[in-house]
Amino acid sequence: MIKIVHYINQFYAGIGGEEMAHVGPCKMDVIPPVSKAFTAAWKGEAEVVATIYCGDSYFAEQTDKALAEICELIKSVGGEMLICGPAFNAGRYGFACGNVAAAVKAQMGIPTLTGMYEENPGTDYKNKTIIVPTANSAAGMRKAVAAMAPLALKLAKGEELGPYYEEGYMYTGIRKNMFEEEIGAKRAVKMMLKKLAGEPFITEFPMPSFDRVAPNPAVKDISKATVALCTSGGIVPKGNPDHIESSSASHYGKYDIEGVMDLTEETYETAHGGYDPVYANQDADRVLPVDIMRDLEKEGKIGKLHRYFYTTVGNGTAVASAKKFAAEYSKELVADGVDAVIMTST
Amino acid sequence: MVKEIERAGLPIVHMCTVTPISMTVGANRIVPTIAIPHPLGNPKLTMAEEKVLRRGLVEKALKALETEVEDQTIFE
Repeated sequence: MIKIVHYINQFYAGIGGEEMAHVGPCKMDVIPPVSKAFTAAWKGEAEVVATIYCGDSYFAEQTDKALAEICELIKSVGGEMLICGPAFNAGRYGFACGNVAAAVKAQMGIPTLTGMYEENPGTDYKNKTIIVPTANSAAGMRKAVAAMAPLALKLAKGEELGPYYEEGYMYTGIRKNMFEEEIGAKRAVKMMLKKLAGEPFITEFPMPSFDRVAPNPAVKDISKATVALCTSGGIVPKGNPDHIESSSASHYGKYDIEGVMDLTEETYETAHGGYDPVYANQDADRVLPVDIMRDLEKEGKIGKLHRYFYTTVGNGTAVASAKKFAAEYSKELVADGVDAVIMTST
Repeated sequence: MVKEIERAGLPIVHMCTVTPISMTVGANRIVPTIAIPHPLGNPKLTMAEEKVLRRGLVEKALKALETEVEDQTIFE
């Protein structure tokens, strides 16, 4: 039976939620249900022999240290392959899964595989490990295991994977030579005819999609500038008047802070469900530094703090939504004469 | 969001703890912060010490806004 090691976070390890996201890497004494689900799917051909977990914040905040510790643990338990996650649309977890899978593959030379939602920032590692697309929430666990398990088994057996569009993993950007029945010119014309007819076709060479925006020129004199604060950390007036969702936010909030010198426990809180809210609820300036901006304003170090701040919850929020929110409110910022923006994220 | 605000013509600095994610989303001016649940604070310090820490970070962010960059830059 092939021995496989599984990497998961503190949540799937049953250690706890956000309040335990700070815990360091550890090998579990008991194989958790998520690992057992993979073992079951392999039907006796392979099994998870060890499960290693790490708190999502611990990993994200000290990535190099966490990686070294996790690699040590994986080495100590042995194993012919590593699977990570699935992380669905959990950003820090996906980042950890991608990182661990890429590092273990590079450093230990064993095959690795992970699974996550296509908008997860961890998909950045898709050219360094095999990533299987999953649903955006744990409701898709059964399907995710069903998609990941057979590919993992193939890799563990040392079998070559077919192209991504046949096997169902994410495009890696790695090209392999292969023989085709028809010459390139014929295939290209066929593809073009399909395209003209509006039929689906698969390109043989996807163009990289870089959506980069060049940096704007620097602010000439910040002491004369109006600076706006924005956040994805979910800071809202106490009671969350616009009901911004704790995850997958469907909207943003715009709040007037004229005369507000300091965000206090009584007046502001966080609506974010993706990090331990204790510290932000005690003092929201820890996420949105209104107190400091007011001091700097008084001292003439900045021209003015903009009257409104814009906020949403960046927790599993669709990229398309975030894009829409900011495209909308940045127009207001420009119209209001704002010169520069500080965006804070948790 | 950072990218959309930049696209609108406003210089923007992203203050966050997981800077690789900030690079992925395309921020051009990045200031690393303390920790995920308290990027601009540290509950282990006194309120006064925390304010000094926060002020230092905000000043770094303002400095970043005043600095010309050609490419994605992390202001350590």
